[in-house]
Amino acid sequence: MIETENLTKKFGNLTAVDNVTLRVNDGEVFGFLGPNGAGKTTTIRMLCCLISKTSGSATIGGYEIGNKEGSLKIRKIIGLVPDNVGLSEHLTAYDNLDFYGKIYDSSDAQRKESIKRFLEMLGLWEKRNALAGTFSKGMKQKLAIARALIHDPQVLFLDEPTANLDPESAKTVREFILELKKEKKTIFLNTHNLDEAQRICDKIGILNTTLRVTGTPQDLEQEVKGKKTIVSLEQVNEKILSALKKLSLKNLTNEGNKITFDVSDPDKENWGAVEAMVLAGGHVNTVNVVGSSLEDVYLKLVRESA
Amino acid sequence: MRLSKAWLVASRDFKIFRHQKNILYSIIVFPVIISVLFPAILEFTQLRNSGGLAAVGVLPNLLNSFSFFFVIGAAYIPLGIASYSIVGEKVEKSLEPLLATPLTDGEILLGKAISAVLPTLAAMYAASIVFMVGIDATTVGRLGYNYFPNWTFGVLLLIVVPVAVVMSVLYSVIVSSRANDVRSANSYGIFILFPLLAIYLLSEVGIISLDINGFLIIAGILSAVDVALYFVSTAAFQREEILTKWK
Repeated sequence: MIETENLTKKFGNLTAVDNVTLRVNDGEVFGFLGPNGAGKTTTIRMLCCLISKTSGSATIGGYEIGNKEGSLKIRKIIGLVPDNVGLSEHLTAYDNLDFYGKIYDSSDAQRKESIKRFLEMLGLWEKRNALAGTFSKGMKQKLAIARALIHDPQVLFLDEPTANLDPESAKTVREFILELKKEKKTIFLNTHNLDEAQRICDKIGILNTTLRVTGTPQDLEQEVKGKKTIVSLEQVNEKILSALKKLSLKNLTNEGNKITFDVSDPDKENWGAVEAMVLAGGHVNTVNVVGSSLEDVYLKLVRESA
Repeated sequence: MRLSKAWLVASRDFKIFRHQKNILYSIIVFPVIISVLFPAILEFTQLRNSGGLAAVGVLPNLLNSFSFFFVIGAAYIPLGIASYSIVGEKVEKSLEPLLATPLTDGEILLGKAISAVLPTLAAMYAASIVFMVGIDATTVGRLGYNYFPNWTFGVLLLIVVPVAVVMSVLYSVIVSSRANDVRSANSYGIFILFPLLAIYLLSEVGIISLDINGFLIIAGILSAVDVALYFVSTAAFQREEILTKWK
């Protein structure tokens, strides 16, 4: 549904997005992670045909961005919730949605039905005649999502939809996104929230001007940084540590009676390490293998690219 | 360019204006002042003395000068409307989702222009009826005939006023691209009135005559300004410009 090939955006001498190549399949939720200024919003703006690309290519639903005809067709099949919501504060919730429904030429009956459906789903139907400006942040965010869905788009772009929301509002928005996921809507989600990405997304991309990595949350945890082995001993001494140092283990650390090191293949690597500890006089209590968290992966990749 | 889509944008703005007292006041106050004030001034001076402002010989020129305030009003009113309609959206950040729809830049811009032009013209034309009736009522005794309606005022209302409104709207679009808030947009916008005030002052010292020919020349000059402003404003009102370069 979404495909980019070396997509690049430069503002003068500043490269905001550099050679991003990614693919989001139909019905997939793609989480785009990255620090502030990483180029996430710029990427969304390029994909929504709001700003031009400098080089590379991208297609949404088979239509190419960057030409007038393709852009117009893309804007018909997408919905956008920008990071700043962007509601008309002096219009009622109903009128906000009605206006966007009319833009997409939906019939009166169709529009009324969609507005009612989304406002009821998001718990805003009772407030339909209130001005959007009187809404709380959470209500505005929900209304903005309803607005983006009013024409039943094939692809939904969400730019940090839970940023600045209180935990309860954020949870409601997340649950709504999960509902959309069940409906097999293709969603491109910009977020800072790693936990959110892990819970919602089928695939994740980590961007810091360049796309550092893409994959499923599980892939990233396992493949990018690998796993950690934590060995608990009766007592750790210098003899044990120097024996381990000879094995050139990655990120070897010692804290109390625990020794931790990175492994890419625990079955092969742990055997040698445990043997070295035992031969050095260590009494091994437990050996645990844990995967690194998405947060570890994110921080590692972002720091590497900084 | 689909006019129905531009009208959709304008209709939404009309709905927004209904909740914006500042905009309603800016549409109503100026026309009310000029339509009531000038007849009142004439009535007052006639009561005070039989010459001066109300002297029969200078009355036609004086009334044409008064009429020119409809041009100034036509340039003044859209400043508030267009500034809100564009800078207001910029402040509310509601332009980005609008730009992500299949509406073209031209349709959005035309919709914004319609929402500023129509209320202004409606207000000025309504005020012109009150003005004509008021002036005729206060001058018919001296002139012996109803001065309004006449061709000069017709040219002013039907040609000069619309051209001035369009000029003001296009100028507001350009100003809006550089202003951070509605107040600063209005402050910069006011500069568009200076050339019109200069024309009025030049007419007062007799360099320009505000008769039918004078109004046609003014309309021609303003039309040329409109064409120039059209190119600058359409260049400023483009998706990428709005999202990346507008302050």
